[in-house]
Formats: sequence, structure tokens, C-alpha cells
Amino acid sequence: MTTPKIELKGVQKRFGTKVVLDGVDLSVDPGESLVIIGGSGTGKSVTLKSILGLITPDKGSIKVDGREVSRLTGRAREEVNRKFGMLFQAAALFDSLTVWENVAFGLIQGRGLNRTEAKQIALQKLAKVGLGPEVGELSPSELSGGMQKRVGLARAIAAEPEIIFFDEPTTGLDPIMADVINDLIVTTVKDMGVTTLSITHDMVSARKIADKIAMIYKGKIIWSGRKEDIDNSGNPYVDQFIHGRAEGPIKMELAK
Amino acid sequence: MNPFALVGRFVIALLSEIGRIFEFAMNAVPQAFMPPIYGRLILQQIMRIGYFSLPVVGLTAFFTGGALALQIAVGSEIGAETLVPQIVVLGITRELGPVMAGLMVAGRVSAAIAAELGTMRVTEQIDALTTLSTNPFKYLVAPRIIAAVLTMPILVGIGDIIGVMGGWVVGVYSLDYNSASYLKNTVDFLKMGDVTSGLWKAAVFGFIIALMGCYHGYHSKGGAQGVGAATTNAVVSAAILILAANYMMTSLFFGGGR
Ligand SMILES: Nc1ncnc2c1ncn2[C@@H]1O[C@H](COP(=O)(O)OP(=O)(O)O)[C@@H](O)[C@H]1O
Ligand SMILES: [Mg+2]
Repeated sequence: MTTPKIELKGVQKRFGTKVVLDGVDLSVDPGESLVIIGGSGTGKSVTLKSILGLITPDKGSIKVDGREVSRLTGRAREEVNRKFGMLFQAAALFDSLTVWENVAFGLIQGRGLNRTEAKQIALQKLAKVGLGPEVGELSPSELSGGMQKRVGLARAIAAEPEIIFFDEPTTGLDPIMADVINDLIVTTVKDMGVTTLSITHDMVSARKIADKIAMIYKGKIIWSGRKEDIDNSGNPYVDQFIHGRAEGPIKMELAK
Repeated sequence: MNPFALVGRFVIALLSEIGRIFEFAMNAVPQAFMPPIYGRLILQQIMRIGYFSLPVVGLTAFFTGGALALQIAVGSEIGAETLVPQIVVLGITRELGPVMAGLMVAGRVSAAIAAELGTMRVTEQIDALTTLSTNPFKYLVAPRIIAAVLTMPILVGIGDIIGVMGGWVVGVYSLDYNSASYLKNTVDFLKMGDVTSGLWKAAVFGFIIALMGCYHGYHSKGGAQGVGAATTNAVVSAAILILAANYMMTSLFFGGGR
């Protein structure tokens, strides 16, 4: 049996009295694409941030390549985080830097490449996501949402990570741009042979980029399996979610 | 609610806030001394924090020196011509120069830092730094603290000169004092210790200004409203800490009933 690339066991996290993660178990094999689906505010982003050490879980174990990372800080954490690239929900580009400086950021600050070398690589990565060198000189605020996501993708893959996280890669994009991003994710990932963990509530996107799908509800993974099996999961929660029905076991908390 | 409980709750909240600020500072300060040191970022912050604060600090010092001269001249009829330059130079270098500059720069710089870091926090740019193997304390906080600590004494030094000039302008053009004897009185009365104590204060105020901006920005939450609150809290807490630190440093340098 191969060691999973990422493995979560019983991960719990509360904010104040609010339980967000209530024992999340998850495992992603090397080279596999797992997509976590679930409603807004169910703790999908918190799960990703716990793996990256941006949030410290209250309980549970998080292993990367078999090594416990949930309590790492400082240098050791930076070392582990070199394995990761992340595309943030709203791209999170640095608005004080140009587009190419954004893409090259991890190469210059994280790996100590000089600016000329890093710029070469940055322009290659921009080309990979379909953006010409002239875009490199722009500021992120001059780009449309779809272009920002592409730059975010280029930045996430720039340092050739082993694992890439996608936080709602298609949210806020029109359906055509969403499909362009999905295609880019699939092709870049296939190219690099990396492991990916994505979160989304967009089923079209999930079906396109996933090998496996897991559904999170009330802080737990309530179903996981191959994407081919999701239509026959036999799980009423999953059925309600993938068909987008208001009626079903998942009750929207409209008033609080 | 019972007033004792109210006071107790306030004191507990205050103490835990002080604890969190202290912890933040303990995270940030070592980063200022450990390589890699981001020279480019420090220079950029020196320009933004120091250079662009010059007009504000200069104007404040000029009018403060002028007002001080007028006030003393009106209050003391006999011997005012020697008293005014002496009190102006003493008041400006020891107290008013650093405190006024500190408060003005707090308004400008703590607010700007808190707004910038706060926006970076709520748009996940600070999280993005971490995923790109960059420590936000080293990349964002340390350069701002270094720049503020280095530039505040320079700003206050320039402000001291302009403040004395303000007094001199009022003395010579409004009160008809003799220009040469005004300047001679100033120089004769000026002691190096007065200036250096003011510059030490300035360095401490610079630290407070950058630390409060960074702390409130770094921990800001909840979109535009959260960033607005962070900005206000940064300025208010910087101003209060500057006044408190000023009192403590004055009693340290000059106090003890000597
Ligand atoms: N740093 C934080 N402090 C307090 N509450 C948080 C924090 N981060 C997330 N939450 C809360 O946790 C819940 C899950 O958030 P999140 O993981 O972002 O949801 P999503 O599944 O939409 O990505 C939300 O209710 C959110 O308000
Ligand atoms: Mg989210």
C-alpha cells in the first residue's frame, strides 16, 4: 500500500462555540485529484487552511507524505509548505506587485532565484495559462476576474509544487470562463503529475477535475468515492446536493 | 450590570489585549534581525513612513513653536525676550517636538499600515504569502517597524529645528525681538541631553506607530467594516501608547523630583 500524500484523521476545529470541523477524515493518494463538495460555510476552506498550517486544528492528525504536520511552526512549516501551491478563492494576488512579480514571488522570496531568471519562468507559466508577456507588466487590479484566477493558477504552479489546492476555482466566473479554468486545471495538473485537493460547490467543475469526490456536511465527510459513483451514491444528502434541490435532509439555516 | 463587574471585565479585556500585542511584538522583533533582511522593502517603507511625513511634521512643529512663543511672551512681561527662546527650545526638543510628531505620524502611518495589512488579510493575501514560503512577519511587519524606528528620530530632529524657527519667526516679526540675541539665547540654553532624550522618545514612538498599525491590520477581520475598525483602533491605541510612553520616558530621563 502506498503512503497517502495527504491524510487527515479526526480533525476538529471550533471558532468560539461554533464547531466548524467535527472529526474530518480524508485521504488523498499521490497523483490523485480529490474534490471536496459541500455548501457554503461548511468548513471547506478551513479544511484546506488547516493542512497548510494557516489554522491550527484543536484535535486530530494531519499527515503529509506520512509525516505529522499539524503542530509544525516556523522553519519546519515553511519546509513542508514548499510542497504546496494554492489557488485562492478570490485569487489573492498581491496588488502592490505586477502580474509577473506575483507569479515569480515564490521563486524569488521562497527559493532565492534572481529576478531575471524568475521572470523568465514566470512568463513561461503565464503562457501556460494562456496569458501573453504583455499581461506580465500589468497590475492585478487591471485584470478581469477570470484573468486574475489564471494568474493565481500560474503563481500556484510556478515553483512546481507536488500538491496543489484549489479553493473554489470557478466561483464568480461566467460558465465559459469557468470551463476555461477547469480545462487549464486539468491540463496543467496532468502535465505536472501532481496531487490536487480542490473544494467547490460547482458540480460541473467537480465532475470535470475530480478523480474522487468527498462530500462535507456539518463538519464531517459524509460520503466519498469515485466520481463515476456519485450519481448512485445512495446517500440522500449527496443526491440533494448534486441535484441542487431545496427539499431534502439538508436544511438551510435561513434564520439564526 | 453591576459596575464592579463592568470594570473587572474591562480590565481583563485590556490585559489580554496587552498580552496579545506583546506576543505579536515578540514574533515580529526577532524577524527584524534575522536574515534574509529585505533591504528593498525597508527602503520603500522609509520613503513612505519617513519622507512623506515631512510636510505634516514640519507644519505641526512650526505652528507649535510659534504658538508657544506667543503664549510665553503674553504671560511674562519682564525678561520675556530671554525667556521666550529658552522655553521654546526646551519645550520643543524635550516634549512637544516628539509628542506632536508622534501623534501626527500615528494618524498618517498607523492608519495607512492598518488599512494596507487589513486589506491584505481579508483578501487572503497574507495567507498567500505563507503558501509561497514567505513569513509575513518578516516580509510585512519587520520592514515597517525598522523603517519607523529609524525615521522617526530624523523626522523629530528636523521638526525640532523647524519648531525653534517657528518661535523665532514669531519672536522677531511679531514681538519685535532682536534676531541675533534670540538665536544666541536659544543656542546658549540648548543642552545636548534635551535633544537626545527627544530623539530616544521618537524612536520608541516609531516602534509604537508601526507595531499598532501592523497588529491591528494583521488581525483585522470581516471585510471592509473590519478594516475600517482596524484602522481606527490602530490610530487610537498608538496615540494612547505614545502619550503613556512619553510620560514614562519623561519621568525616567528628568523625573525623580530632582
Ligand atoms: N478565522 C476564522 N475565525 C472565525 N470563524 C471562522 C474563521 N474562518 C472560518 N470561520 C467560520 O467557519 C465556517 C466555515 O468557513 P469556510 O471553511 O470558509 O466555509 P466554506 O465551506 O464556504 O469554505 C464559517 O461559518 C466561517 O464563518
Ligand atoms: Mg470557502
